[in-house]
Amino acid sequence: MSTLLEVSGVSVSFDGFRAINNLSFHIGPAEMRAIIGPNGAGKTTFMDIVTGKTKPDKGRVIWGARHLSLLGLSEARIAREGIGRKFQKPTVFEDQSVQENLLMALKNPRGPLSVLFYRPLAAHLARVAALAEEIGLADHLHRKSGALSHGQKQWLEIGMLLAQEPKLLLVDEPAAGMTPAEREHTTNILVEAAKTRAVVVVEHDMEFVRRLGCKVTVLHEGSVLAEGSLDHVTANKEVIDVYLGR
Amino acid sequence: MHLFHKRGASTVIFLALLVAFTIVVTLLSEGMGVGIISTSFVKTLGKTLCLALVAISMDLVWGYAGILSLGHFALFGLGGYMIGMWLMYERTREIVVSSLADAPIPPTVQEVSDAIANQIFGVVGSTEFPLIWAFADSLLAQLMLVVLVPGVLAGVFGWLAFRSRVAGVYLSILTQAMTLALSLYLFQNDNGLRGNNGLSGLQNLPGLSDVSQAVVSVWFLWGAALALGLGYLLAVWVVFGKFGSVLRGIRDDEARVRFLGYPVETYKLVLFTGTACMAGIAGALYYPQAGIVNPAEMAPIASIYLAVWVAIGGRGRLYGAVIGAAFVSLVSSWFTGGQAPDVSLGFYTIKWVDWWLVVLGLSFVLVTLFAPKGIGGLFDLLERRTAPDRHGADLGPDQGALREKEASE
Ligand SMILES: Nc1ncnc2c1ncn2[C@@H]1O[C@H](COP(=O)(O)OP(=O)(O)OP(=O)(O)O)[C@@H](O)[C@H]1O
Ligand SMILES: [Mg+2]
Repeated sequence: MSTLLEVSGVSVSFDGFRAINNLSFHIGPAEMRAIIGPNGAGKTTFMDIVTGKTKPDKGRVIWGARHLSLLGLSEARIAREGIGRKFQKPTVFEDQSVQENLLMALKNPRGPLSVLFYRPLAAHLARVAALAEEIGLADHLHRKSGALSHGQKQWLEIGMLLAQEPKLLLVDEPAAGMTPAEREHTTNILVEAAKTRAVVVVEHDMEFVRRLGCKVTVLHEGSVLAEGSLDHVTANKEVIDVYLGR
Repeated sequence: MHLFHKRGASTVIFLALLVAFTIVVTLLSEGMGVGIISTSFVKTLGKTLCLALVAISMDLVWGYAGILSLGHFALFGLGGYMIGMWLMYERTREIVVSSLADAPIPPTVQEVSDAIANQIFGVVGSTEFPLIWAFADSLLAQLMLVVLVPGVLAGVFGWLAFRSRVAGVYLSILTQAMTLALSLYLFQNDNGLRGNNGLSGLQNLPGLSDVSQAVVSVWFLWGAALALGLGYLLAVWVVFGKFGSVLRGIRDDEARVRFLGYPVETYKLVLFTGTACMAGIAGALYYPQAGIVNPAEMAPIASIYLAVWVAIGGRGRLYGAVIGAAFVSLVSSWFTGGQAPDVSLGFYTIKWVDWWLVVLGLSFVLVTLFAPKGIGGLFDLLERRTAPDRHGADLGPDQGALREKEASE
């Protein structure tokens, strides 16, 4: 299988503390992957590195068929290359309506000039409406997103991710603070998305991970501790010691 | 979209009020009407319109994109200097040519030029034209410089600052530093712009010496009203739609905008430069009405006032900026102009000339603390447009949903 994202030998330290230690990871073009691991394992930092927020001290991050190195590219450029990210804490533009949030995320030219002259086409509005339907916010299009519930904000952010039409979705703890019913809906959205693109999900909730039904990577102290099916990694003694057993 | 109607309505109302205002002032002016409004007050009103225009530019950078620039008034002043150079040059040339016309031998080009230079720069002990006056004889060139000089200065500054991701308070401090440097430079006598004397006599339009100031003041009122109307429309067009969405996104969470793929730094640069040009145009219309432009006008405090106007008027909405600039500058000229009656407390007499700044500072603090939406926020009360206030409340309809405090952890 071809590789969409290849991270190899990446390390990063914060004030001498090694948050990521010689980490290697790769994922194919239409694959779902769950990343689990104890608090502080480096899961979010891993996403920071891939999306250009944090520069690693060493290692390579190679993207796509053209083997583009993502190191040294700006966050905006990496996003335009097709990597979308959902943050651990839901971050939507609270002062703007659901529709405005989605329109901003919708895949369209990002330069100031084209944005200045941009007026939403019927097709774009239809796409936004369809996305809102998918994330269960069809009735809230004109509400300010700040007025949404926590779970709805999480969905809106996932909707914005989908609107970007990225090739790779990095999703940090999407189910945090959701009710069981909301979690199930979220699982469905992610499983659906992974049919056509790569999805990396960081999650603590084992039930949630089980429902994703995908390969699991366990991170610990900044490197990969185990990788395989959920049953495989949960049977691993080291994994039980550092993560599950606690 | 209902949003459009709302914004469309406020724009139409604003423009209608602006037109009505201009017509009424014209009809009551000395120059073209019944003479109820004095020429000097027509000028004050015309200048106020220019201040409203620069306030709009400030609102675009600060209210919409969250860049608290404390230098936009300096850019406004630069626009004034650029038009002032032509006005002063051309007017002096007229005087020189007419006075030399009686000479037995017709003066050479060099003699005329020397005489103009002597007239203009005599006060700073120089008799030669500095290099920066190279285009002063061309109205077209100076009009272009009105836009170009503030634009290029802001462009270079913004490119350096935004590229290294200077933001927030640090950026504000940098813009103050730029403003301070600029005004200190302008205060020097040998800089070619007459030092602290500044440029004067700008109210006299070359070639129109037989037109009275009463009439000229009305012309400038029209010009300022037109510029403000167009500037307002341009600003509405910019902030309406996706560009405005991106700007407000940058203001609220610029990192998130980056992860959506927008080149945030480029947006800031475009906006900073564009609003600098707008400020320059406003200044070029203001100073011919004021008659004089000098470095004191561009002191750092002036740019801070600009921010205060926008805050009091209500940032993040264009009419708020206009209201703030008009209201505060008019009230302020009333108080500082000695028109406000002193208040005698028996043991102490409050002289408004001295106390006005305290009042202004206090109202700024009060507005910031208790009415962050400013005067413009009053219109929300009329419209009952209220922001969701969910503090501490259940975030969602679901039983298990988190409370807001937990959610932010
Ligand atoms: N910018 C930073 N400066 C200093 N230390 C940091 C920074 N970012 C992360 N760290 C540290 O790196 C380690 C890994 O953090 P990270 O956020 O990646 O963990 P995580 O696996 O996402 O944990 P959690 O499950 O709690 O979200 C932590 O010890 C954290 O304190
Ligand atoms: Mg994390």
